[in-house]
Amino acid sequence: MSILINKDTRVIVQGFTGKQGSFHARQAIEYGTQLVGGVTPGKGGQIHLERPVFNTVQDAVAETGADASVIYVPAAMAADAILEATEAGIRIIVCITEGIPVQDMIRVKALHRQMGDNAPYLIGPNCPGIITPDECKIGIMPAEIHLRGCAGIISRSGTLTYEAVRQTTVEGLGQSTCIGIGGDLIQGMNFIDCLALFEQDGETEVIILVGEIGGTREEAAAEYIREHVTKPVVAYIAGMTAPHGRRMGHAGAIISGGKGSATDKVSALKAAGVHVVASLADMGITAKKLNH
Amino acid sequence: MNLHEYQAKSLFTGFGIPVPASVPVGSAEEALRAAENLGGDSWMVKAQIYAGSRELSGGVKRVNSTKDLVAVCNNLLGKKLSTPQTDGEQLPVNRVLIEQAVDIKQEMYLSALVDRDSETVTFMASTQGGVNIEDIAEKSPEKIIHIQVNPCTGLQAYQCRQVAFALGLRGSHVSELTDIMLGLYDLFVYKDLTLVEINPLVISKKNTILALDAKLTIDDNALYRRPDLREMRDTTQENIKEARALESGINYIALNGNIGCMVNGAGLAMATMDLIKLHGGEPANFLDVSGGTTAEKVAESFKLILTEPDVKAILVNIFGGMVHCDLIAEGIIQAMQEVSVAIPVIVFLAGTNAAQGLDILAQSSLNIETASDLTEAARKAVACAAA
Repeated sequence: MSILINKDTRVIVQGFTGKQGSFHARQAIEYGTQLVGGVTPGKGGQIHLERPVFNTVQDAVAETGADASVIYVPAAMAADAILEATEAGIRIIVCITEGIPVQDMIRVKALHRQMGDNAPYLIGPNCPGIITPDECKIGIMPAEIHLRGCAGIISRSGTLTYEAVRQTTVEGLGQSTCIGIGGDLIQGMNFIDCLALFEQDGETEVIILVGEIGGTREEAAAEYIREHVTKPVVAYIAGMTAPHGRRMGHAGAIISGGKGSATDKVSALKAAGVHVVASLADMGITAKKLNH
Repeated sequence: MNLHEYQAKSLFTGFGIPVPASVPVGSAEEALRAAENLGGDSWMVKAQIYAGSRELSGGVKRVNSTKDLVAVCNNLLGKKLSTPQTDGEQLPVNRVLIEQAVDIKQEMYLSALVDRDSETVTFMASTQGGVNIEDIAEKSPEKIIHIQVNPCTGLQAYQCRQVAFALGLRGSHVSELTDIMLGLYDLFVYKDLTLVEINPLVISKKNTILALDAKLTIDDNALYRRPDLREMRDTTQENIKEARALESGINYIALNGNIGCMVNGAGLAMATMDLIKLHGGEPANFLDVSGGTTAEKVAESFKLILTEPDVKAILVNIFGGMVHCDLIAEGIIQAMQEVSVAIPVIVFLAGTNAAQGLDILAQSSLNIETASDLTEAARKAVACAAA
């Protein structure tokens, strides 16, 4: 088992024939991902990487039965791409693109909220993607560092995700599924959505949560873990020494109610029974200890 | 990207939000002419910098004579100002805003920002404006009124009335506030803002509501479609080194320690700083090489780090994904020769071809130490910096 994606997941690429899309699609195919085609408006009917190209996501879904899509289109068109995939009934949308205007994402998320249980799982934007080792790779993560196993990994930061993966591989734990949820102001799946799935997953025995300063999603995750998660959770929070930076006015401080520092997050997680490691080098070894 | 108060107020005027008459000036002579044109016998002189809490540092003064006006202008213009919100930096005052002084009956607070948790544009208002607003928010959060805007409908007048009545406004003030909030929301959406703050929003002794201050932040990701705003950028308010780094695609922030850091990825960069601190050292900077880690970017990063005279050692922590570690190792050697790095460089590489990369580095005759894990890398860097 794993969460969200597996060997049966049928993936299309939006922005298929572009430089980024082509590069990562080729890697996904080599990894064994069932990459069934892609979308580039105006290039419908062509063949790219031995797969069909479609003008619209709707056409691609009708022809290939795709249930997942990965988005590599430029930031100015990315929200449009998410909405197109949403309307076409794609179940898992992975948006790698970084730099999407926040107003665009506000509208995307408003629609998804309205859809309730029918909303797709949106991963990202501005994230490395999701991988179930040996079965399905959707995103830009280096394949070689992964090992199929029992740790479920959720992370806001790209290279820190890879570091957590590397450490669990070195420890021989391996990973069930790894999700980089991205760190944008408005994002798709959050920690809680992923924790709920990992808690249900039979293969996941330990969960690693990698957070960072800003926002209060780690605090919300802590609350959720206390109530709903029975599996051991290891957490690392980056940014204990980060500078505050210049500010414009008071609104940012008011909305967060003085919360959101690394220290706040660490204490909230500890209070919920999470094993918070002070050094990023200890994520893998701590997960290993908890698993025995 | 931030805007100056005078720029923000010109946008306010365009969206029907009332502000006192004002003129931005760059010299005391211009200030005198501005005061004459504005009329009256009392003016505000307000330093134009990219930060708040100016009044706590003498950046906002009321003057009651042209003599004082000239004196305050001369005192501010061409000087540097740090406030509780500049995080220790000094920002140059190249312009001051000369504004008609307003006699205030009541001060309030009004802001709108993108709220992560509700994923909406959220308005916040309070009957108590001024610099103590954060204390109020922390000690009695119930005194801050919150309104979330559904992006499908936009802000509605009834929501503005809810805020107005909660603020205790009556009569014409209710519709005045409604117009201000609707204007602010349009401004927010049409100009791709992430923050707008009016502190204080006042009822004047002439009994009208006015925005006395204006703080505004634009979504950098949307600047491509807001060329008018992009032109308002004032690079003198930005840290020169940070801005130069950004042009090379490097995120760089100088700090006070003596261990330079070069890392790919913002999260890993923060984590590496934390690790140095955990082992008793002090990071000299935050540096995220981001994107493709090329030899050119590594060289540029070394140059940036070496501009800080206190740096005693450099810790390089690169995760090789799409760019393999052996290529990164060659890039490091090439960059160190090009920039002639004399201080010890401690390198940890992980990811694709990490072992080959570390071998290449170990065989070089340069002042490079490799580490087999992150903890060892941090310890070595701390030891080198202390030596």
